[in-house]
Amino acid sequence: MINNRTIVAWLKLAARSMEENKGYLTDLDAAIGDADHGINMERGFKKALTLISPVEDRDIDAILKTTGMALIGSVGGAAGPLYGTFFLDAAKALSHLNELSNTDLVLLFESGLKGIQRVGKAKPGDKTMIDTLQPALEALRSAFAYGTDLIEALRWMVQAAKEGMESTIPMVAKKGRASYLGERSAGHQDPGATSTYLLIQCLLDAVESQS
Amino acid sequence: MKKLINHPEDVVRESLEGFSLAYADLVKVHFDPTFVYRADAPVSGKVALISGGGSGHEPMHTGYVGRGMLSAACPGAIFTSPTPDQMLEAARTVDGGQGVLFIVKNYSGDVMNFSMAADLARSEGLRALNILIDDDVAVKNSLYTQGRRGVGATVLAEKICGAAAERGYDLPRLADLCRRVNLNARSMGVALTSCTVPAVGHPTFDLAEDQIELGIGIHGEPGQRRAQLKPADEIAEFLTLSIIEDGPYQRTVSEWNEEKEEWQDLALESPPLKYGDSVLAFVNSMGGTPAIELPILYRKLAQVCEKKGLRIARTLMGPYITSLEMAGCSITLLKLDEELASLWDDPVKTPGLRWGI
Repeated sequence: MINNRTIVAWLKLAARSMEENKGYLTDLDAAIGDADHGINMERGFKKALTLISPVEDRDIDAILKTTGMALIGSVGGAAGPLYGTFFLDAAKALSHLNELSNTDLVLLFESGLKGIQRVGKAKPGDKTMIDTLQPALEALRSAFAYGTDLIEALRWMVQAAKEGMESTIPMVAKKGRASYLGERSAGHQDPGATSTYLLIQCLLDAVESQS
Repeated sequence: MKKLINHPEDVVRESLEGFSLAYADLVKVHFDPTFVYRADAPVSGKVALISGGGSGHEPMHTGYVGRGMLSAACPGAIFTSPTPDQMLEAARTVDGGQGVLFIVKNYSGDVMNFSMAADLARSEGLRALNILIDDDVAVKNSLYTQGRRGVGATVLAEKICGAAAERGYDLPRLADLCRRVNLNARSMGVALTSCTVPAVGHPTFDLAEDQIELGIGIHGEPGQRRAQLKPADEIAEFLTLSIIEDGPYQRTVSEWNEEKEEWQDLALESPPLKYGDSVLAFVNSMGGTPAIELPILYRKLAQVCEKKGLRIARTLMGPYITSLEMAGCSITLLKLDEELASLWDDPVKTPGLRWGI
């Protein structure tokens, strides 16, 4: 079962992952963007960790909302509003919960994805974080429908996220700064799709480490 | 990496600290959230003009804060758009009771952050409108991309709208003017070298000694295509013709409708330049190209304009919207009418642009 401690553990692992992958994400961004994604994500999650420490024991929506506000106020670029909205909208959907059922977890990602689509207006296939998030959400949903337990469902989710991330390699970008490259954006993995994969991987790690 | 900095993570802050010391008579700086604003703000009875974007394009935008131009500028990290809390606090500080116009370059990050900021400002009872600048003809269509980027026209829009705000234009009229400047401006740029973001430590892309990158933006991002280095005349001719021969450009932008109180999609078209038009010609260094080379480009630009029947009525030349130390240039042509030309001539007193006072 996911509770507020799991969520905090997730965000801590995410901050560490962004730090470890700062160079990797920035190099991916240099190829088709403006070489700042890793730097911005590291700064944002570092800020989120500082701000969530006073609300760590509160309900899950308080932690998610604080994370969203921290990201909007510190990441900058497109990733700030997009990831920030993901967490804010997820928080809105899960008010006053201390634990998340499987349905709640699906709702978290569903609301977050809708928020990203509302703000970013991207569709699947545009070479964005949605290409990771959408298949990951579908995998989570079908894993639960199939009756798998939480950890197994998250493994399905991570696998689908990885495939989604890799599916961006041949895509021609239609949103964001990479879209200016046209055909030249093909052959490169999308940095936003990659950071989304890392975040989903961290959620699995957090749940595994708590059980 | 060889730069005159102390620590990569301190570049923006230390630069702003020095900037506000050097121009203390014109501007003040506020940190956390970070923005630069007119020393005499708020100016009552005048619409406040706010712009911003990633740092690394100096003197834009902070250098254009002052009388006759911006009320405030919100600098983000290098090449990274600022965050909504910066624009909101800037708006609260400089609003003189007549509302705020946000001038926003069309990059996904800037658009999202400024839209959020405007929503937040309105929720506090401030009047706020956003106008997008998207003048970069290197981006051919808006259907499969983010649309054209905001480049050189931004400087011109900030100057012209700044003058209009001083004259007392109200918010809707100022927004219309800003939109008109954008629809009548076109730009195209070229890079001879890449540039190094201090926190990254190495150039954003590799460019061989004999290669140039055509159709670059202002973020050290790769451009439309690579080509062999050519003499200045050929490059200037290519850039100028790309602008003059660019057809009508259509896109749909999202603007706030004050009557309906909602964001609304608006179909806009930039008319092409035509024989007999008067223009403002803006030759810009990307930061690393020395001042001696710009008039060589201007010389050819003037010849091409004459051949195409365009009368150059005003000129701006120098490093005004840069991409760190990138060598290269951009050319912007803005079709002028009497109103725009007269607003261009109005006095301006900012660290980066100053005449008439």
